[in-house]
Parts: sequence; C-alpha cells; structure tokens
Amino acid sequence: MKKVAAPSFARAFLGFTLLILGGALPIRATPQDYAIANGEPGPAGGNLVVALRSEPKTLNPILSVDATSREVIGAMNADLIHINRETQHTESGLAKSWSISPDGRKYTLQLRRRVKFSDGAPFTADDVVFSFQLYLDEKLHSPQRDLLVLDDKPIAVKKVDAYTVEFELAKPYGPAERLFDGLAILPSHLLEKPYREGKLAQLWGTNARPDEIAGLGAFRWKEYVPGQRMVLERNPNYWKTDAKGSRLPYLAELTFLFVPNEDAQVIKFQSNETQILERASADNFSLLQKDAKSKGHCLYDLGPGLEFIFLLLNMNQLDPAKFGDIAAKQAWFSDLRFRKAVSLAMDRPGMARLVYNGRATPVWGNVTPGNKLWLNTSLPHPTRSIEEAKKELEAAGYSWNANGALLDPQKHPVTFSILVSSSNAQRTKLATIAQDDLKQLGMEVQIVPMEFRALVDRVLNTKEYEAVLMNLVNGDVDPTPEMNLWLSSGETHLWDLGENKPATPWEADLDHLMEAQMTTTDYAARKKLYDRVQELVAENLPFIFLLSPNILVGAQATVGNFHPAILEPYALWNADQIFLRPPGAAKCQ
Amino acid sequence: MSNSRRTTLLISLLVALHLPVILAGFFAPYDYALQDRDLPFAPPSRLHFVDQTGAFHLRPFVYAWKQSPLGDAYEEDQTRMFNLRLFVTGAPYAAVGVWTSRLHLFGVEAPARVFVFGTDGFGRDEFSRALYGGRISLLAGFLGAAVALLAGGALGIVAGYYGKWLDTVVMRLVELFLALPWLYLLFAVRAVLPLRIKTTDAFLLFIGVVGLVGWARPARLVRGLVLSAKERNFVLAARAMGASELHILRWHVLPQTYRTILTMAALLVPQFILAEVTLSFLGLGVGEPIPSWGNLLTELQKYNVLVSYWWMYLPAVMLVVLFLAYYWASETLEERFATVSS
Repeated sequence: MKKVAAPSFARAFLGFTLLILGGALPIRATPQDYAIANGEPGPAGGNLVVALRSEPKTLNPILSVDATSREVIGAMNADLIHINRETQHTESGLAKSWSISPDGRKYTLQLRRRVKFSDGAPFTADDVVFSFQLYLDEKLHSPQRDLLVLDDKPIAVKKVDAYTVEFELAKPYGPAERLFDGLAILPSHLLEKPYREGKLAQLWGTNARPDEIAGLGAFRWKEYVPGQRMVLERNPNYWKTDAKGSRLPYLAELTFLFVPNEDAQVIKFQSNETQILERASADNFSLLQKDAKSKGHCLYDLGPGLEFIFLLLNMNQLDPAKFGDIAAKQAWFSDLRFRKAVSLAMDRPGMARLVYNGRATPVWGNVTPGNKLWLNTSLPHPTRSIEEAKKELEAAGYSWNANGALLDPQKHPVTFSILVSSSNAQRTKLATIAQDDLKQLGMEVQIVPMEFRALVDRVLNTKEYEAVLMNLVNGDVDPTPEMNLWLSSGETHLWDLGENKPATPWEADLDHLMEAQMTTTDYAARKKLYDRVQELVAENLPFIFLLSPNILVGAQATVGNFHPAILEPYALWNADQIFLRPPGAAKCQ
Repeated sequence: MSNSRRTTLLISLLVALHLPVILAGFFAPYDYALQDRDLPFAPPSRLHFVDQTGAFHLRPFVYAWKQSPLGDAYEEDQTRMFNLRLFVTGAPYAAVGVWTSRLHLFGVEAPARVFVFGTDGFGRDEFSRALYGGRISLLAGFLGAAVALLAGGALGIVAGYYGKWLDTVVMRLVELFLALPWLYLLFAVRAVLPLRIKTTDAFLLFIGVVGLVGWARPARLVRGLVLSAKERNFVLAARAMGASELHILRWHVLPQTYRTILTMAALLVPQFILAEVTLSFLGLGVGEPIPSWGNLLTELQKYNVLVSYWWMYLPAVMLVVLFLAYYWASETLEERFATVSS
C-alpha cells in the first residue's frame, strides 16, 4: 500500500501540510495529537455576532438539509478529513493521516489520539464506525447517504484498532478523500442507545438541552431564543492549537442572530450589531463601500463563486393531454437552434452591470471562473449578437410578421413565460433584461414572479412551467457532486427529469463521461473527461447560462484571521481561528 | 378662498393630474419600456440657461449624463448642449388608443435624453413610466370603485328598501365580507390561476376581486340612507297616491343617495389606487415591463435605492398630491351638498 495516491493536487497540498506539521511537531510534541493551525495568533475571548437569513431547523447532522442548519452544525462538529475552503484542497481533520490503496478503493485513516468530545468523553474509532452506520442507515434518510453509496454498494467501515479505521469502496473514487468532508463524527456514548430504540430522528432538535449535545467542533451548544438568536460557546476540549500553543478557538462565544432580510442584515452590520456580513448583494456592497474606511468595515470582493444563474427551458417529456399548452411550446425549446438564438440574444455584460454593479461574471458553461481547478478555459464565449440569433432562428424555419413578432415554422407567434422567485429582486431584474433581449428577437415573454417553494415544486415535481430563471450553487469545486445534475437518471437532471435512459446521443455521452470521471483517480485524466463534459454542455445548451455573481463579504476591522472563501460557508469556515482585536488594533486583512 | 374659486382650483388640479396620464403617450418623452443600459439610476436632468462660458440662453438646455471616471456616480458631459424642444417627434405610441402618433410634448435631440424624474435601474425614463403607470393605477382606482359602488349600492338599496329577511341576509353578508382578510384571498387566487393568463388580465381580475370584496362598506351606508329616505313624508305621500314601488324607488328614494355615493366615490378611488400599490408591492401587480405606480414604488423596497437615489421617491410625491386632491374633492362635495340641503 503506497502512502497517499490521491490526485496530484491533493498530494501536493498534503506535502505542504506535512511540512508545516513536521516543522512544528518536534518542538511541541503534545500527547494529545493536537492539530496546529497556521493562522495569526490572537487574543482569547469575545463574542462574535453573525446574522443568519433563517432559523436553523435542526442541530442533528444526520437530518439537516438547509444551509443555515448546516452552518451552525459545522461550527459544533468536525470531520475526519476537511476541505480547506481557502486553498480548496484537503487537510487533516480528526484523522491525523491517511493512506489510499493502489487500486484506489481502500482508505486507512489514523485518528488523533486522546481527543475529547465537548462533554469530556473520549473520541475513538468506535465513534467513527457508529457515525457512518448512521449516515448509511436507509431508515434515517440522511442526505449524505447518496455520496457514500457507489454502484449500489455502501462504503464498508471497519475498525482496525482504537485509532485506526478502514474504509472500502466498491470502485475507485475520483474525489478520493474529499468524500470525508462535512461528515460530522458523532458521539456514540450519547446517541447509541436512542439509535437502538429508534428515537434518533427526534434528538438534537433546536429545543435540545446543552447537556444532550456533544461534538468535536470548535464550539458547543449554549442557548436558543426562538425568533431571535442561537448562541454557541467555546468548546474547551477542542483539538487544535495555534502556533504559540494556545488552545483554539479564541472566541468565547459565537452568536447567530436571525435576520430574515438582507437589507436588515446590512443595517445591523453598519450599526456594529454584527461583526460579519456573510453575503452582501452587489447593491448593498457598493453602498457599504462609500463609508467603509470611516466606519472601519473591511469589504471583500472574492470574485465569482461556484454559483451560476441560468435560464431553463422546459424540455421534460410532458403528456400533451395534460400539458397541451406547454407541450406545444416544447418544439421550440427542444430545438438547439432556438436555444442558441436565445443564448446569443442575452446581454450578459449588461446584466452584470445593471443587476450586480459589475460584480458578476458572464458565464457560458456550468463551471464558473471561480473554480480554477476544473474550468475548461478553451470554451468559446460567443459575443451577444441579435443578428446571429436571428440567423439561427431563420435557419430553423422561424419568420417574422409585419409587426416584428416571431412566428414559428407553423406560423404561431412565439410567446412564453419565465418564472422567477418573487423574494429575489435581482432575479426579477435579470428576467426583465432577458425579456427585453428576447423582445428584440420578436419573442413575447411574460415574467411570472412566484413564491420560491411553489417555483421549486413546479420545476421538480409538477413540471408545469415554460421557462424558469434560477440558480445552482456547487458545494465543492470537484465535479462529482454534480452527478445528480448531469446523469440522465439524476434526481436534479433539471431540463428533463425522470428521463430513465438518455434521450439524445450527447446525453448518453454525458452519462459515460460523468461515470468515468467519478471512478478515475488521476486528476489530469479526470480533468480531460470533465473538460469534455463542459464542452458538451456548452454546445448543447441544456441551460442558457448567464452569470456567476461574485462572493461579497464584509467584516468589522476588529475581526482577526478573517479569510473569506468562495466555498460555503463563505465567512465562518475557519471560525476556530477567528479572534477579535482590541478596537485600537483594528485593521483589514 | 371663496367656495367657487376653491372648486375651480380643485378641478384644475385634478385635470392637471389626470390629463397627462390619459394622454401619456404625448406627455411622456419616451417609451416606458425603453432601456438604456449605460444609464441605470441616472438622476433627473438639470435644466440650464447659462452655459460654461457664462452666456445666457433663452431656450433651456440639458447636458447628457456620463459615468464619472470612478464609475460610481454620474456627471454632466458639458462638451455638448442639447436644447429642450417642444412638440418633437419620437417613439411611436397609440394616441387615444386608436391612431399611431410620434408627436411628443417635449424632448431633446438624440443621443441625449431628458429625464424629468431620473431613470430606474434599467435606465428607463422614470417620468414616462410614471405617466404610463398612472393608466394602470387610475384604471384600478376607477374600476375598483365602480365595482364596489355598483355591487354595494345595489345590495344596499335592496336590503334597505325591501327589508325583512333580505335585509338580514345582506347585512350578515356585509359583516362576513368586512371580516374577510382580502390579501390572503388574493394570494389564494394567484396560486390557482394558470400561468398562461396574461399578467394584465390577472391584475384586472385582482382589482375585480378587491372591488367585490370592497362592496360591504358602501352597501351598509346606502342601506342606512334608503332606510331613512323611505320613511320620509314625500315618500309616504307618493305611496298614498298609489305610486308603484319601482316609481318610488327610482324617483324618490334613489335621488337621496346620489350625493353620498358621489362623495364616497371620491374617497374610494384613492383607496383602490392604494390597493394597486399594495398588490404591486407584494408582487401581485402587473408584470414587467408594464409600469404602474405600485411597480415604481416597489423599487423603494430595496435599502440601497432608499438611501442612494432620492428621485425614486418622486412617484410617491405625485401620489400624495393626487390623494390630497381626491380628499379635498370629497370634502368639497360634502360641503356643497350640505349647503344645498340646508
């Protein structure tokens, strides 16, 4: 078994971490196997206040699906191997080191010794085996389960000794040890009994008492005031120290305020009620910039993130008897030349300027410029041209009447509606620009703002829509989490859901390429496969890609070790290292 | 101010507020949907009489806006003056809904544009949008008021005049409708409407629904008037002389309600304009790019617009003036009727 046969980028990074650890370990050989963080050492104490858009639904890592729950859970729990949000590479978490077998199927993880849960109980291989048992239990419907099942075979977990665990997969797995990121290790001493009794799903709700919850994260559960805030306190048993040997985290408390609207979050940030603004809209970002210096706000434009906004035309195979009206329009939507014309008419730079004050990047594919490891840089970026778009339509048999209205080959006028989420002002604005762009092609488009859940229900379940303007956010730079989107059998294969076998040759190609990249472990080979995926997607336009908004983050100048990243959670991923400077020492990073 | 002078003033104010809306195509310098993607949130154009050299010009002129070097504000491009002209040709519009015209009251030479109220986030002329938007909002006001008054008036008369069980049924219905949360009713209506309904049609439907729900108050008022009118001596006299019920209703009872209904109408119109503003604020109004006063104000939901672009408040100022005019109108009507009856 050779030591670490991960993709080369991971290998390179691991070498880097080992170098740091190697340099530090002989001097500070701690019996506890503590990890040493490389951030700037800071003073202990203080309460960091951050606003959350909505209230977390649960503190149970097995059940959480919403972003705010995951954010709070992330601060209270730890994983075996972690993706560093800043470098985008993996680093050691609760596993001190790991090795991968030459066939890429077996992972052996060495755990940190004498690490304790926040309630003082020891952490051992039993907790790891137990946690994976929970994630894999079909009855618990954990959202993480899908990632741990390859070829219908769940990952096999075996305890070798108290500090060694072996994982075996049915096939080699492309993302390799990135698999372990975000899988919180849970305390078997607290959860084993309720799990056997079938009560696990009721545990760790937001009404849980502090002594009922224990984790390995930097913070532990303290208080919840419904409708107002959630307070976490420092975990005294956390397993990381800073370069000076002081135990992390620095903060005494981490408070999440519930502020449902972004404007209100900005006002709270301006009045110093919160110290971090996790995501600002471009409009508010420009507003904050005006007096950032005098108010001591540090603002960060991190460039495009992993989110892309696109126009989706309904290409589902619909029953004409039930959806006569929509089905009649699908002849347009499924014609590639029609989609090309729509894409050519979109004024992407105008959208970026008007809706995002220029703080967004036009995209023509599913991988944003923020994903430097995987972006196919040779994809064409056709410039906007109404002329070219009209030529495409003409070639497809479309014509125009005396008033300039577009007629399809059967001489029916081309009109359709675009759904947008009514709670998202930027989305409506984008749709208004798209509407005007399409009017120049003679298409009459109506914008239908709709409550977000009703919109998602139409897109995923009833399929009763003509077009929709929506977004997707990737949680990781790696392509594998996108399997659900590109596989013709995928659960979020949005443009044609429930298509059991690929409807077109290029979709069959997508299936093969995505399967192949997932089971290839060499980065260069995977990149080649995924480059082809991007090409196919850009050529065939299942989505009309529009923009990737920049990640805009703010922090008070008093916040130290603040390194926002384009991966979720943008600002608090290194909460264990964040500290508060005394007001006199405030500065921006 | 004497009564008649006040009335003249009031009528001219109402005409001044409504005429540009009715003839929006002529009064508005631009098409409401025309976007200028290089001029989002441009402030109102400044009218100049004195140029850079200090020379005075009899004809007012404007400078075009350009982005400041930093890109965060606008400044006047003083290299070229654009005279303000009356009766210019511009974008085509349907005058009085029938023939196509290109004549606009005022404008400046291209490429410059004159923005009386500045521009919105798409670089669309806010003044043109305010005028065109008035068509939807005033329609909502008149239509809603008409539906409410017709339905309410008819039911009120029936209940008041015929009384007995009819009265009981109608009045219980009134109470039910007064207690109805109409906003939620509208959300429910929107949720079941099919997508292919045009947003303008859907909107008219909403106004109809709001009007129908709004019949309760006028009904109660009219019923009270009819109740007292039918007991008056001249009605009893007519009845004694053998006049038919219909005759009495038409010639003796109904005239007693006209004044109140007219006064009520003056109060209801702004109320329904406000309903349109509320609907649009909640995203239930007419869809983009068609403007309405409610749509224009929706922009103010955004914090950065609220604190950065003062001219976005101008449609609201216009609304305040309009509402005041209507309230003064209802007050004047009431006073006039009071003098007449005494």
